[in-house]
Amino acid sequence: MAEQNETKTNRLVVRLATAAIAMFGFGFALVPLYDVFCDITGLNGKNFGQGPAEVTSVDRSRTVKVQFVTVNPADMPWDFRPTVRSMRVHPGEDKNTTFYAKNSTTEWMVAQAVPSVTPSEAAPFLHKVNCFCFDRQPLDAGTDTEMPLLFVVDPELPEHISTITLSYALYDLTDDQKVTQLTLDNDKGRTSL
Amino acid sequence: MATVDVDLPHVKDEDPHHHGPAKGLGRWLYTTNHKDIGSMYLIFSLTMFMIGGIMALIIRAELFQPGLQLVEPNFFNQMTTMHGLIMVFGAVMPAFVGLANWMIPMQIGAPDMALPRMNNWSFWILPFAFLILLSSLFMPGGAPNFGWTFYAPLSTTYAPESVTFFIFGVHIMGASSIMGAINIIATILNMRAPGMTLMKMPLFVWTWLITAFLLIAVMPVLAGVVTMMLMDIHFGTSFFNAAGGGDPVLFQHVFWFFGHPEVYIMILPAFGIISEIIPTFARKRLFGYSSMVYAVASIALLSFVVWAHHMFTVGMPLVGEVFFMFATMLIAVPTGVKVFNWVATMFRGSMTFETPMLFAIAFVVLFTIGGFSGLMLAIAPADFQYHDTYFVVAHFHYVLVPGAIFSIMAATYYWLPKWTGHQLNETMGKLHFWLSFVGVNVTFFPMHFVGLAGMPRRIPDYALQFADFNSMASVGAFIFGFSQLVFIYNVIQNVRAGEKATAQVWEGAQGLEWTIPSPAPYHTFSTPPKVD
Repeated sequence: MAEQNETKTNRLVVRLATAAIAMFGFGFALVPLYDVFCDITGLNGKNFGQGPAEVTSVDRSRTVKVQFVTVNPADMPWDFRPTVRSMRVHPGEDKNTTFYAKNSTTEWMVAQAVPSVTPSEAAPFLHKVNCFCFDRQPLDAGTDTEMPLLFVVDPELPEHISTITLSYALYDLTDDQKVTQLTLDNDKGRTSL
Repeated sequence: MATVDVDLPHVKDEDPHHHGPAKGLGRWLYTTNHKDIGSMYLIFSLTMFMIGGIMALIIRAELFQPGLQLVEPNFFNQMTTMHGLIMVFGAVMPAFVGLANWMIPMQIGAPDMALPRMNNWSFWILPFAFLILLSSLFMPGGAPNFGWTFYAPLSTTYAPESVTFFIFGVHIMGASSIMGAINIIATILNMRAPGMTLMKMPLFVWTWLITAFLLIAVMPVLAGVVTMMLMDIHFGTSFFNAAGGGDPVLFQHVFWFFGHPEVYIMILPAFGIISEIIPTFARKRLFGYSSMVYAVASIALLSFVVWAHHMFTVGMPLVGEVFFMFATMLIAVPTGVKVFNWVATMFRGSMTFETPMLFAIAFVVLFTIGGFSGLMLAIAPADFQYHDTYFVVAHFHYVLVPGAIFSIMAATYYWLPKWTGHQLNETMGKLHFWLSFVGVNVTFFPMHFVGLAGMPRRIPDYALQFADFNSMASVGAFIFGFSQLVFIYNVIQNVRAGEKATAQVWEGAQGLEWTIPSPAPYHTFSTPPKVD
């Protein structure tokens, strides 16, 4: 009787411990799940139509205001701003604009911009055909650059949205880049040997 | 008399462990006795309650007047953070685990917990977790100062160096909670006396069974989220760092997926305690026993789908706001069932108002106030006004202090005669109750008003128009804080001396724990009782 109870308890403990470990894993699984969920629904301004949109007609009857905003995190010393603050566009038409960036430090630096669209409902309808945010941007000390953005607003954009805000946060990836560079150099060294 | 004959072989047993506790410090270090471990949990919890309480008084002293008087803003932030962490993980949770250790085996007729050695282990790692956490106060850069919710990247990129100690502390206390929960489930499912079916279990046992499942489901998620923080800080990952493709909002989702079930972990055992005490002093059976069980189970299930009501203002789509708003409001239904059942139990009962009953009635009234302010916060459009104000502080202190803490005090007064064998000193108990009751309300009620008027939480200074209500709250906090010295006096006095308590202790008390003598012998129910 007592022995039987003991095996029963052991089995239960193993199951409960497995459940606890599985929930630890589930906590980490929430990370990709969250991204997938945001991608599907376009929540959090995460879903961007990238690449050429299949837009055939331009809807001249409608005008949408697209605003550009830039954000520098606290430790990012670059001068970063849109050259044009906002644009009026017809859904379906290709539009070009640029963003200005200047590395005012005395060091070579690499940065990458991370976009976000408000309202998030509009995110899937703002297609970026070409964007500087697709790539890392290296800048030598004291140099500046104008970075291009080519975008289309999808004519399917819901009627009630008349203003879209596209925000870029510019992040310093210099340390990260150095690490990658170092590993690349190491790899090269190994191959030459 | 026949049972005595049956027990005789046990009495003759040569093994000294079967007679009583070992002597000296070793008793406490090596003990596997559920009563010893329960006592240690309760003493530990009381110690943490005092430490967290001192931090609360530092906060209230600073907020007595507008302007910066006593402490630096950074130290103030450390106090709010540590107060929250210590009260949640160090005071409330261990107190309930301690009560579970003491009472669950005695209530279901088991000789001990199912896994006594693990029980010892899960208690003894806890003091070390809190030593690690508290030691961060003395480190360069100070203790964690990012609030007990430790939102990233504030708690990763911008945190003091001591954050790593905080993370290890959370890991250890999480492991302790998970081991405790496994032990409780194994005990309840496998060690019940013959005839003690699930639907005959006392409600304290039922609520703890469900709480233990919640713990196993969410404490690992908490461990996961602090591990992600650790990796972001030290190993260059970017879970919550937008520059590396991570997302700070993700932190809030993962944290509150743990955090919301956590608040029910801190209140469900309280529901169980109140459901034991009210029938005793109303001298009536609990009204709607099975509906109470189902209500607790449905609250536990719903707790997994409401987490985002803590983050209505992060920029969720309308569908999300509406879903989380209604899911949250749905919880008011089973909670209402419980409150009405308690009231119906008291209705036309022969009520007497001993100290445990006073705390229990105060729990029902004041927890309901906290529940209603919770409903107000659940209204998504209104929450934009209340978010991060003192209204939130008032809300969760109403459910945690006169909720969880009052229930723990009620439980202590209720079962203390069983533990010590001494009848309660009612005069001192009532003094403690009335001081606490007045203190709690004077402290937290004015916070509703300043919160609605827009006073933000976690700020050491405030605008002049909030001065009167804040000084009132500070006075109340000191009354409440110092009245806990009466509580400590009562407990120590009761342990040392008092009128001999009977086995039943309270006239209307029902249940297995009241069939054994007071004080409860070191080993109880070595031969399982028969329940019918």
